[in-house]
Amino acid sequence: MSAVIASDRPAGFSFAEYLTCMGGIVWREGLRFVHQRERFISALVRPLVWLFIFAAGFRQVLGISIIPPYETYVLYEVYITPGLMAMIQLFNGMQSSLSMVYDREMGNMRTLLISPLPRWYLLFCKLLAGAAVSILQVYAFLLIAWIWDIEPPPIGYLTVLPALALSGLMLGSLGMLISSGIKQLENFAGVMNFVIFPMFFASSALYPLWRVQEGSPMLYYVCQFNPFTHAVELIRFALYGKLNLVSLAVVGGCTAAFMIGAMFAYDPARGFSRRGPAGGES
Amino acid sequence: MMIGGISIADQATVLEDAPDSVALVVEGVSHSYGSRKALDDVGFTVTAGKFAALLGLNGAGKSTLFSIITRLFALQAGRIRIFGHDVEQESGAALRCMGVVFQPRTLDLDLSVTQNLLYHAALHGISRREARLRSEELLSRIGLSERHNSKVRDLSGGQMRRLEIARALLHRPRLLLLDEATVGLDVKARAEILAHVRSLVAEQGTGVLWATHLLDEIEANDSLVVLHQGRVLAEGKVTSVVGKTGARDLNSAFAQLTETAPGPGKVAS
Repeated sequence: MSAVIASDRPAGFSFAEYLTCMGGIVWREGLRFVHQRERFISALVRPLVWLFIFAAGFRQVLGISIIPPYETYVLYEVYITPGLMAMIQLFNGMQSSLSMVYDREMGNMRTLLISPLPRWYLLFCKLLAGAAVSILQVYAFLLIAWIWDIEPPPIGYLTVLPALALSGLMLGSLGMLISSGIKQLENFAGVMNFVIFPMFFASSALYPLWRVQEGSPMLYYVCQFNPFTHAVELIRFALYGKLNLVSLAVVGGCTAAFMIGAMFAYDPARGFSRRGPAGGES
Repeated sequence: MMIGGISIADQATVLEDAPDSVALVVEGVSHSYGSRKALDDVGFTVTAGKFAALLGLNGAGKSTLFSIITRLFALQAGRIRIFGHDVEQESGAALRCMGVVFQPRTLDLDLSVTQNLLYHAALHGISRREARLRSEELLSRIGLSERHNSKVRDLSGGQMRRLEIARALLHRPRLLLLDEATVGLDVKARAEILAHVRSLVAEQGTGVLWATHLLDEIEANDSLVVLHQGRVLAEGKVTSVVGKTGARDLNSAFAQLTETAPGPGKVAS
């Protein structure tokens, strides 16, 4: 046989092979996103509904005082924009976890998991791909928001990028961790009720925490412990060219914790092996 | 434990002497789902460049064994080596040596035929240019060149299976594992898939482990492993297995072996 056969190659993988693998996973995630136009549209419509309808209605009800990173009074639409950016990433992270459960049920996940490259690397690439897709969605939203007169400083569009990458990874890792524990696609509705809604509403996405503290000190502490609050604040500060160190530390720490948890859960010696064989298999 | 007439210790020596002659070694593999034992001290070998059939009824443990060999499930007990690479210690090298076709379809239905192949190639670190060349070659061989831009969901069941086999061969493995690859296909498609896999053995020297519950897919010269309720009941050439039972054909031999076999094992508490 003239072709070079796999086992003739040296052990280990080159840097180029790692990059090729990462490129392939990001490319596939991008293709899926492009194919699922409804997903893109709904990912945009959701925050826009909040921006155009909810924010317009609440503008007169909720006054926002001068709080960092803002240096003047801001409209409610301006205030909730970072929260809506984070919301896009939250939904995208959960959508990714949904697609992982779907992939597992359909068998596609096996294609990924039997790759010879290290499993932690494959899962990291998957997370990176999900974060990249969520960043595209966020920038599409920012474009529409700009047309709606929500104009952060031009430099903010650049400085927010690393914050979006980190928060995208954190929320994607959380989604992946959750997906490892979901046995059937039907159980995913629970994620909406027990993860997405509580995380979003018990955060600083829609109202500043000092307002929450006035209303309920207990809820204030819940919001403070919610990693999503820190993702929102990290994005908010970064969008105005500033760094919120506490939020960076919390989001960074949570990203690491969720990522390790997800990789642990998909380790064949642990999470994946606990499940029995899929239906119809022997 | 004896495998194929030689002890495990002897076999290890043989392996060290000529690691390339043995594609797959499964030694003392056991696996349980809670208290139910799915595999009990399973052991057999697959020789490089040969067709080996893993015969067992539904529920015999074939898919569980495949999941363990491919590291989807952890190895609870025993040892597995692929061309000398231990799947636990050198999983990357072991996985690189084999291609797998699982019982459930694992293609991405929303991607095209070529996109599915390119994705698989990327997962093996194969560059895009090389992957395109290999894809064209493989698609031509399986008669799907004209469908390269079709979405996979538009293919027939037989075409999907052929594509899965092509995908499993894209990284040029020396061992191909197929788990009930003809399930759900019509007679013609079944015959085509089987003939294609046998041609890979004859023409390219690919070792094959073909899991099935269909006796008519097995030929007299094949190696055979009979798996029943998680235990290996017989291993060897088909003629030898039939001869040992004293039956007149494989059908009768299989019936005889499975009828006299003890019941499924339980995990000792």
